[in-house]
Order: sequence, then structure tokens, then C-alpha cells
Amino acid sequence: MLSNIGTSLVVLVLILSFLIIYTATLDLNTTSQLVKKSIYKLSLFQTTFTILIFLSLIIGFINSDFSLINVYENSHTTKPFFYKVAGTWGNHEGSLLLWINILVIFSYLFLLFNSTHDKKYRLYTLIVQNILILGFLFFLLLNSNPFNSIYPIPIEGLGLNPILQDPALAIHPPLLYVGFVGCSIYFSAAISSLLSGYGGKLFARSIKTWVKVSWCFQTLGIIVGSVWAYYELGWGGFWFWDPVENASLLPWFAITALMHSLIVLEKRNTLYSWVIILCLTTFILSVTGTFLVRSGILNSVHTFASDPSRGIYILSFLSLMIFSALIIFFIKYKKETYNFNLKSREIFILANNWFMVFFLVTVLIGMLYPIFLDVLTNVKISVGPPFFNIIIIPLVVPFMFLMAIGPKIGWIKSQNKIFYKVSFLILIAILINLFIFYFFGKYSFLTNLIFIAAIFLILHSFLDIKKIITNKNKIELPRIISHLSFGLLVLFIGINHQFSIEEDFNLKVGEIKKTNNYEINFENIKIKESKNYKAVIGNFKLTNLKNNLVQYLEPEIRIYANPETLTYEAAIKTKISSDLYLTMSNVSRSDYYNIKFQNKPFMIWIWISALMIALGGFMQLILKKNED
Amino acid sequence: MKISILKIIIFSLIIFALFVFWRGLKINNNYDTKSLIGSKISNFRLIEINNIDQYISEQDLKKNKYTLINFFASWCAPCRAEHKYLLNLSNENKKIKIIGINFKDKKVNAINFLKDLGNPYDFVGRDADGKISVLFGAYGIPESILVNNQLTIIKKIIGPIDQTQYNEVLKLMQ
Amino acid sequence: MKLKIFFSIIFFLSLTPLHSNNNKTELLEIYKNLRCLVCQGQSIADSNSDFAATVKLVVQDQINTGKTKDEIYSFLISKYGEWIVYQPTFSKSNLLLWILPYFIFIAGGLIILMITRKSKNNKTN
Repeated sequence: MLSNIGTSLVVLVLILSFLIIYTATLDLNTTSQLVKKSIYKLSLFQTTFTILIFLSLIIGFINSDFSLINVYENSHTTKPFFYKVAGTWGNHEGSLLLWINILVIFSYLFLLFNSTHDKKYRLYTLIVQNILILGFLFFLLLNSNPFNSIYPIPIEGLGLNPILQDPALAIHPPLLYVGFVGCSIYFSAAISSLLSGYGGKLFARSIKTWVKVSWCFQTLGIIVGSVWAYYELGWGGFWFWDPVENASLLPWFAITALMHSLIVLEKRNTLYSWVIILCLTTFILSVTGTFLVRSGILNSVHTFASDPSRGIYILSFLSLMIFSALIIFFIKYKKETYNFNLKSREIFILANNWFMVFFLVTVLIGMLYPIFLDVLTNVKISVGPPFFNIIIIPLVVPFMFLMAIGPKIGWIKSQNKIFYKVSFLILIAILINLFIFYFFGKYSFLTNLIFIAAIFLILHSFLDIKKIITNKNKIELPRIISHLSFGLLVLFIGINHQFSIEEDFNLKVGEIKKTNNYEINFENIKIKESKNYKAVIGNFKLTNLKNNLVQYLEPEIRIYANPETLTYEAAIKTKISSDLYLTMSNVSRSDYYNIKFQNKPFMIWIWISALMIALGGFMQLILKKNED
Repeated sequence: MKISILKIIIFSLIIFALFVFWRGLKINNNYDTKSLIGSKISNFRLIEINNIDQYISEQDLKKNKYTLINFFASWCAPCRAEHKYLLNLSNENKKIKIIGINFKDKKVNAINFLKDLGNPYDFVGRDADGKISVLFGAYGIPESILVNNQLTIIKKIIGPIDQTQYNEVLKLMQ
Repeated sequence: MKLKIFFSIIFFLSLTPLHSNNNKTELLEIYKNLRCLVCQGQSIADSNSDFAATVKLVVQDQINTGKTKDEIYSFLISKYGEWIVYQPTFSKSNLLLWILPYFIFIAGGLIILMITRKSKNNKTN
């Protein structure tokens, strides 16, 4: 029955979407300045029913209603309540439903919150957004319907992958989708702006908040994904330049660039065409990322189960989107004249965009090149972390210098005395770096530059904070926090990378391993039976040879029954100064266990800095609201 | 809309990219090392499983028209399934010599395995730590490599030998 | 003037020893650059599989006999194909991969320069 209710509601929303497009198109030509009341009502109905559909699926999971194939394949009666709910969006079909929910909710909210803006602009946005909604609804109905039923009804489900039963991973998709999918609304708004001619400052003001909201959630979503990878995947790393990670990073670069360019569009009423290009590119990148990740075309540790029919559908949808956007842009494009002085803030913001595009293109090329090479020459190569690190990291150095200096430069034209202050701070940054270098350990020339640039950015930000305290003017605070946190993030990642200790060795129960800095005693093994798994827990006594501090770490090997999987739970001890990280895995057909031990300095500060970057964004949303 | 070179280039690039994506959906995503067919195997020294003084090297393979190198282990279930094809090859074909490499196994288990299922090998070597498998570019078991007297790899069978693979081996030896 | 001081200090820094004294060994760096062929997107360093364990032994052997990083990579590529290394080789077929990002970077810089130059001309006209 749930199956019928669900599918019927989906068809209902489909019809409502058609009606909205139809009514809005008619309303375009009326003389009234107000949007027809019926359109508001239709949108409200559409939103309500879409949320109801999602709730129905959640109820299906909570009740372990295995008459739905989706629930059967992804859930189990013994799964904890929280993860039953989270299981709703932890699979392809459910996540698609979440995607549609965000499309619809944003569509309605945009209509409501833009009542002061041009009517045709709002109507076109609604129409384009609903065409997108239709595309996804058809995809859901014809290919990936979570409400497909199964008969006879199975007694028990196939269960969800135990690695996915984690709080961070449970909230990761909703957070990420508000970013990923949220950018659909300014894709639609951009096309609408081209069609209706409503551009310039007013357009910037219309989409500003939406860009910021999607940026905040995209940032948060990526961070939470990395936190999960660090704690759950058992390798001590948090970023692997894996295709799924890259797919979430591509829109992030575009949204960051857009966020900065909007400042210029609003303040100086220029860069309109570039802003439109960015708006269109962001959602196109989101859908491209979805295509690459869900079609099975890429090999990744994070992939959903792949299915080529999905790939064909998403590719067709993507092609239509790209060609429509491109054609409309080319038809409506008007040449702009630019009035930029080299030493102006506008140029520094353009420089931000320049670097963002470079980072974006690098990640995109790294992802796509193996596919192109394979299709064209039948040669399979890997493009992994070394490629991305070698190309991107050196350029983060000048990027951070620009980040520090840019906000200081005045609009239109700036004074020369800024540069003296800047040079002085560079000197201080170099001195601090030399201090770290000579007292803590030698590192490469590039790392020197990275530390100098990061410290430079941090120093500038602290000076800015001091200025705010004396002037009592809070406007710049969010930007300062985000920029400061970026500098801190780079610094901490640099220190972590340079000074972390990693050991990989095999040990039998009762044996002791001595390294340069630690003594690791594999004391014993115990077995623990838990609700849906059996755990083999190793007891390790860790002695720091430098200060004789003793810690105990207990990594686990977990054997799950539904589905039959083996996972490795790392033992992580987090301190202010560093994390201790230990994983244990059995070597087949032997009494040996493979032990990976790491001491990772400042891990917690990496997470704190990253979260503060997002915090800056959220702060700006709240502060602006207070002003309005 | 004015038609300009830039617009044509952009359109062409996008059409090209989408075309590649479409083709990319059809290609096989699972990697295998079949691209290494045609390369030569490297020098090796394989010690006999029962006698540490006895060994063969790549020089010995030059004496055979064809050699099939087969990685197996007593703990590997698919190895049992493919064993009959190895026996067939060794019984019915004079052109081919079969070398078995016992991979990460206990000697006693390997010998019992061959006693139970029959011994198709002209030589059984030991790869206790797996390092020899890397010399041959093997990455799982069972895996079989067919080489000729010039030490060139002419076929790689990843996984157990089945009827189709068996027929292909026979065809290659003509 | 201050800018000149800045660049001379950077130059002075470049004379400092280029080796890094961190505790990660070259071994781990190699492990991280090798792909585990039987896993879904894991490196030899991260994987717990049999294959990873075997390759680690082989790499250790080769390091002990004095082989360099690049020699080890070439050896493994000759056995398993280019797919096994995460860092793409600097070969002709990968030329586009390595060059294109920098090409875009330079193009972007040129565009910005052109915009400011056009603006200057607009002002003087």
C-alpha cells in the first residue's frame, strides 16, 4: 500500500509541476505586476506533497516495510532507529528523492522571498526550475523509483553496509545536497535573468543569499564527509582526491568564485556575463559530478552501486541542460565594457576567480583524463593524489598572499602605502617560519613558502580583527574569520603532513615493536559480541619513548552478519596537540596482524579551522539578516 | 546569435566531451593486466617444492615450445575447479609444459592437494611470500600465463580456466 | 624597495638544505603512490589485502638492493601496466594532462591583464 501511495504522490507532484509551468507561462504575458495567486497555491501544494513523499519513504524505513524493494535492499529490522531513518537517503533512489525535495522547496522559497523583484524574472525562474524538477521526477519514476514493490514480501531486509552506519555519514548527504542541489535555483535564476533581461545589481541582490546558503552547506557537507572518512575508513587520511570527493569539490570552487564575483556585480554593476556563466556552470558541474559518480564510469571507493541505465538518463539530461543554457546565453549575450584599475579590489576578486577556475579545471582534468584516454586509446592510467598535490599546492602560496592583501585594497583605485605594510608583515611571517624550521625540523622549500604564506594570511587577519575591535564595525568579521580559518587550515595541514609519524608492521599477539619514537606492545586480543556484529578487539599499550607517557589503544575488526562484511575500526585518541591512530587487520592464513600506527599532529585543529571557514559564511547570513 | 569561431569551438568541445562520456559508459571498468600480453617475462629462479637444491629459471623455458605457468594454492577453491583443464593439457599435449607455482601455501597442504586431485605439473615451484607472483605480473589466484619459447607472454588467464579459455589455449598452440 | 628585500630573503631561503627531515620514510611514499589492483580505490599503503602485502614485500626488497623510486615504479608498470601508479607518468600520451592546467592558468592571467589594459585605453579615450 505504501508503494501505491508513494508512486501516486510522485505522479501528483509531476502533474502539479506541469500545471505550475503552464500557469506561469500564461502569467508571463499578463499586464499585472503581481504574480498570480494560484501560482503560489500550486507551489505550496507541490512543496507539501513532495515533503509527504519523502516522509512516506522514511516511514517505510522506520517500519521496515519490506514490500518496498528499496527498503528491502537497504535496511534491516535490527538496525538502530537513527540509521533506519538515515538509510532513507543513503541509497541512490532515496537520495534522488531528497534531491527532488530540495529542488522543490528552494523553488517555492525563492518565489516567496523575491516578491520585491521583477515579475517576469520570478516567473521564468519558476518555469526553468520546474523543468529541472520534471526531469528528475521522470528519472525517479521511470528508472529509480524507491516505491517499487516486491512480492512476496520478504521477512527480512538485506541490511545497510555497516560502514555507512555512522552519525557523520548520516547527515553528510542532506548537508551536501543543500549545496549541490541548492545551486539549481540560481542556475534557473540565471537563465531567467537572460530571458527576462533583469540583470545587474538587482539580480545580484536576488541570488546573493542563495549563493551564500549553498556555499555554507556545501563547505559543511564536504567537511563532514572528510571527518567520516578519517574516523571510519581506517586509513588516517581525510582527503584522497577520490572521484566522489572531487565531484563535490568542483561545484565548491565555482560557488566560491561566484560568491566573490557577486560582490563586484552588486557594488559596481559589472561582470554580469561572468556571473551568469558561473551560475550556469555550478549546477552543470553538480549534475556532471552526479553522472560521473552514479553511472559507474569511474572506479571509486565511495561509489553507490552502479547501473548503466542511470548513466544514459543522467547524460541525456545533462546534455539538454548544457545545450539549452549555452544557446540561451549566446543568444542573449551583450558585450560589456570593463573599467578595471590594476590596483583595485575588483581585480583582486577577479584574481580569486582566476585561481578558483584554475583549481576547478585541474580537478576536472584529473578526473576526466583517464576516461578520455581509455575511450580514445584503450589505455588505462590512474590519476591520483600526487597529480593533484603537485599541481595545486604550489599555487596555494600566491593565492593566500592575494587573499590577505585583496580585502585591504580599495574599490576602483587604491593607495600605494598599503604595500609597505604588506612587506613588513611578510618579513614577520618569514621570521616565524624560520623559527619553526630551525626548532622543529627541516622541510622542503615549497613547505617553507606554504608556511610563510599561511602565516602572512593569519597575521593580516589578526590585524583586521584588532581593527574591528577598535572601530566596533562588525561588517568585515565573517569574511575575516573565513579567510583567517583558511590560512589556519593550510598551516595545520602543512604541519600535520610534515611532522606526522607513520609506521606499518606485522605483529603477533604478545609481541612488541620498537620504533624511533614509540614502543608498541600488542598485549592481547578479546572477542566481544554486539547487537549486529562480532568484534575482535586488540589491546595495545603505547609508550612514548621521549616522555614515557603510556596510552592504551583498542582497534577492532568487526564481523557483520547482514550483509556479511568485515570492517576495521581504528582506535583514535584525540589530544590538543595530536591524534594517535592505530588500525589492526588480520593477515590471511597466519597468526600475524598488520598494524598501522600514526601520530598526527594538530588533527583536531584541522577540523576546527575547516568548520570555522563555514562558520564565517553562516555568520554573514545571520548578520545580514539583522541588518535587513 | 552571431556565429563566431569561439562559439563553434565551444560547441564542438562540449559535443566531443559528451560523446566520450557516452562511449565511456560502455567500456569495461574492471581492470585487468591483459595489456601486458606481448611483453617478455623477466628472469626468475623457482625452487622445487620438495627439493631446495633443484630449481628452474627462465632459460629452461626457452627449451619448451609453449609453457603454461599456473599459480595455485590448496586454500583456493576456484583452483580445484580449474584443475581438470590443467590435467587435460598435460596429458594430451606434448607441445606444452606446465609449471605450477604454489602461492603462499604450506608445503604439506600443497602436496596433499596434488595427491588428491592429480599432478599436471612438469615442475612444482614454491612462492612462499608471493614475491614471485609479482615477477610475473600476477595479482590474484588462480592465474595462468602462457609463454612461448621466446619468453613472450601470449595469453593471460585471470581467474580459473574454463572451457572457453581452454579452447583458446589450444588454438594458440597451433 | 621593500619588495626587493622580500625577494632577496626568498632567495636566501632557497639556499637552505632541500631535504626534509620528517619521519615518513620513502617506503611509505612509494606505498601511497601504488594502487591496490584488487581493491576499489585504495593504495597499497591503505589496503589490507593479500596483494598489497605482497607488493609491500617486493618494494622493500628493491629498496634494500638500492633501487630508486623511479626504477621501482618502472618495474611495476612493466608488470602491471600504468594503472598501478597514482602519479601519471611524464610520457607523451600524458603530456596534455600535465600541461593543460598550467595553460589555463596562464590564459586566465592573460585575460585579466587584457581587461585592465582595455580599461586603461577606455579611460584615456
